[in-house]
Amino acid sequence: MTMNERKTIDLEQGWEFMQKGITKLKNILEGLPEPQFSSEDYMMLYTTIYNMYTQKPPHDYSQQLYDKYRESFEEYITSSVLPSLREKHDEFMLRELVKRWTNHKVMVRWLSRFFHYLNRYFIARRSLPPLNEVGLTCFRELVYQEVNAKVRDAVISLIDQEREAAYYSRKAANWIVDDSCPDYMLKAEECLKREKDRVSNYLHSSSEPKLLEKVQHELLSVWANRLLDKEHSGCHALLRDDKVEDLSRMFRLFSKIPRGLDPVSSTFKQHVTAEGTALVKLAEDAASTKKAEKRDVVGLQEQVFVRKVIELHDKYLAYMNDCFQNHTLFHKVLKEAFEAFCNKGVAGSSSAELLATFCDNILKKGGSEKLSDEAIEETLEKVVKLLAYISDKDLFAEFYRKKLARRLLFDKSANDDHERSILTKLKQQCGGQFTSKMEGMVTDLTLARENQTNFEEYLSNNRNANPGIDLTVTVLTTGFWPSYKSFDLNLPAEMIKCVEVFRDFYQTKTKHRKLTWMYSLGTCNLIGKFEPKTMELIVTTYQASALLLFNSSDRLSYSEIMIQLNLTDDDVVRLLHSLSCAKYKILNKEPNTKTISSTDQFEFNSKFTDKMRRIKIPLPPVDEKKKVIEDVDKDRRYAIDASIVRIMKSRKVLGHQQLVMECVEQLGRMFKPDFKVIKKRIEDLITRDYLERDKDNPNMFRYLA
Amino acid sequence: MLAGYSTVSSKAKIKGLEKIDRLFNTYANSSLGMIDPEGIEALCSDLGVDYTDVRILMLAWKLKAEKQGYFTQDEWQTGLKALGVDSLSKLKKALSDLEKEVEKPSNYEDFYTYAFRYCLTEEKQKSVDIESICELLNLVLGVQFRPQIDSLIEYLKVQNDYKVINSDQWINFLRFCKEISFPDLENYDATQAWPLILDNYVEWMREKHS
Repeated sequence: MTMNERKTIDLEQGWEFMQKGITKLKNILEGLPEPQFSSEDYMMLYTTIYNMYTQKPPHDYSQQLYDKYRESFEEYITSSVLPSLREKHDEFMLRELVKRWTNHKVMVRWLSRFFHYLNRYFIARRSLPPLNEVGLTCFRELVYQEVNAKVRDAVISLIDQEREAAYYSRKAANWIVDDSCPDYMLKAEECLKREKDRVSNYLHSSSEPKLLEKVQHELLSVWANRLLDKEHSGCHALLRDDKVEDLSRMFRLFSKIPRGLDPVSSTFKQHVTAEGTALVKLAEDAASTKKAEKRDVVGLQEQVFVRKVIELHDKYLAYMNDCFQNHTLFHKVLKEAFEAFCNKGVAGSSSAELLATFCDNILKKGGSEKLSDEAIEETLEKVVKLLAYISDKDLFAEFYRKKLARRLLFDKSANDDHERSILTKLKQQCGGQFTSKMEGMVTDLTLARENQTNFEEYLSNNRNANPGIDLTVTVLTTGFWPSYKSFDLNLPAEMIKCVEVFRDFYQTKTKHRKLTWMYSLGTCNLIGKFEPKTMELIVTTYQASALLLFNSSDRLSYSEIMIQLNLTDDDVVRLLHSLSCAKYKILNKEPNTKTISSTDQFEFNSKFTDKMRRIKIPLPPVDEKKKVIEDVDKDRRYAIDASIVRIMKSRKVLGHQQLVMECVEQLGRMFKPDFKVIKKRIEDLITRDYLERDKDNPNMFRYLA
Repeated sequence: MLAGYSTVSSKAKIKGLEKIDRLFNTYANSSLGMIDPEGIEALCSDLGVDYTDVRILMLAWKLKAEKQGYFTQDEWQTGLKALGVDSLSKLKKALSDLEKEVEKPSNYEDFYTYAFRYCLTEEKQKSVDIESICELLNLVLGVQFRPQIDSLIEYLKVQNDYKVINSDQWINFLRFCKEISFPDLENYDATQAWPLILDNYVEWMREKHS
């Protein structure tokens, strides 16, 4: 081929070549990694057009080239530009539009350069729009037509947002200084409502959330802290003054801004904790004026304290509903607040004991709480709810069990249905294991009644077995009932026969069980032949045994009584006190002091009388507190041991912190184990060869099978 | 030839053993067949060391003596052979070398653990009373960790949570001296698996110095 001879470029061929250049341009515009056009590239593209234009017919492709120029834009706009605009909205759409328009102008510039030769001759001859105009017209017809309405809306809403933001920013700055928190909030709520209405009327609905967000930001987020902390009208003050409506408004407003509820819930938590702690202090102060000997006994003030805590709980539960729309964050902080102060004891009594005593008072006959059936049910329900906040649930269970035992055995339970009802509630809250023993106790009593019927039948069938005294025996299943120290009381002769008779009867029923007699829990009805009149005395078995001694002796010393009864000093002092120094003086004591001493002498008081024919002489129970705590501590040690062994058995090797953590978690339902106690148990288990310390890592333990 | 050779060496062996055995018999209680506490006291006096000296404990360790206050013939033979001594004067010299040997990190923990076990005189005994532990601590660690040991001993004597110390607590005393900075106790972390007695000790120390 000579220099002057040109090979004819077929349209298809030539366009294929041009297409490559256009694709390269598109890639550059789309931001793909594409090297810029070199001078050679440009020259080749320009020359290709020139050649195709200046070829002799039928290979002069001027019209086709002109059309293809326009089509290039159309194709690109349709396939890339429009789709990308359609998927965006508002501000994002505007940004995209600006980008695409800028790209388009670049595209027009470059393609015009390639196709420049057309511009020079073809267009002028045919009076066609120049290349520039063609390119721009494509954009107008394809893009602008489609998006211009959307664009207008987006622009207006942007302007509006900026305007509103500025407006509210100014207003808020004034209000925050002049207005109280409730007033400010009212205004804020009004503004938001107004804006909402305005927007829905004439702006595109997609603008609404953005606009409201801006207004919320200016009115609330910017001033949140200052607003909430306002001394006389802020969050703290509203809580203090029980302004339920204002608090609801506060919740509504602040729930809309990001993290808006955090300061509110935190102030709420502080407030509740402070109120609860104040109640504790109140009770403590009242208790400190108590007389010394009553210090360890749960008294009226402590009862009042529990009542007040229940009331506090009710109040803030209502808040959950009325103000805070049952939001989980507020439930969480309420729980934390109650846990914080509910675990503080009052005057030496743990909260577990206080709750148990409170229940006892409701459930026992003649308790200090005189309530209707419904009120009782409600109160029990609330007490059980409070139990969720107590970490020493096992301690509560033990105190409850002890008191339940007293109610059941001394016939002090006011209402069987209530007893069962609270057990059901406790079961629901704490699980079956919590209440299984208590339920067993209640069942035992029912069985005991049946058993008694059988016993009476037995007696009527065996005349000579009759002990001559009416005897009622309650057989208790050992595992269910609290442990009682059983002392070998020397029974009066009359009662010895009773025990033997019942034993014989019981043998006929089962041969595999052993009976252990708990005389400390028995009651006895005595007939006292006093000079003024004969009276019936209802006493405990211990008291009866002491009194019956005076049937054979006129005068007995303390030590004589103690030896004959075979009881401890503690018991003897208690029972003699109840018979000679309390309300009813069945015995005369010499010297006639108010307390029992080991040198005292006693005589039957034949002159005793009372306006009633029948009296009950109470024997105050031994304070169980120390024993309960001891028993619970012991059970905890076993529980921790078992938990550690269980964990180590399954993990085989475990680090100390991990072990402690899992142990705490496993036992958390019933109590919070002390770290030191856990450590001690681990040490004990090491000594007993259940575990060993790892040789290389002293912080790890290994299970020894 | 071979027979002759072995005869010579076994003769030498017998000779060596003979001297060791003769030394043994000097101190052994003939009816018991082993060296008893009296014998050890005599040995100590001949060696010129107090019988409460830590070097005697080290000797017991080297001999792998099982029972406190007694050396069996086996233990004596094995031990003295290991020391490479067969006379009193050589034994005396070997004692100071023994100290260095014990102090080697690879041996020290073994010696330390041995010291505790050596105090378990009754069958099935697993712990040692506080008084003895204090003495033992002083003997075994006193030189190297004087301030810690003095302070720890003071605490052990005044506390009443523990009346005896078990082997786990014992081994951790050494770890405590080695790892914890003293007297600030800065790097002590009670949430780790340190025995409770040491947690209590640290608390006591911190209270004292606050």
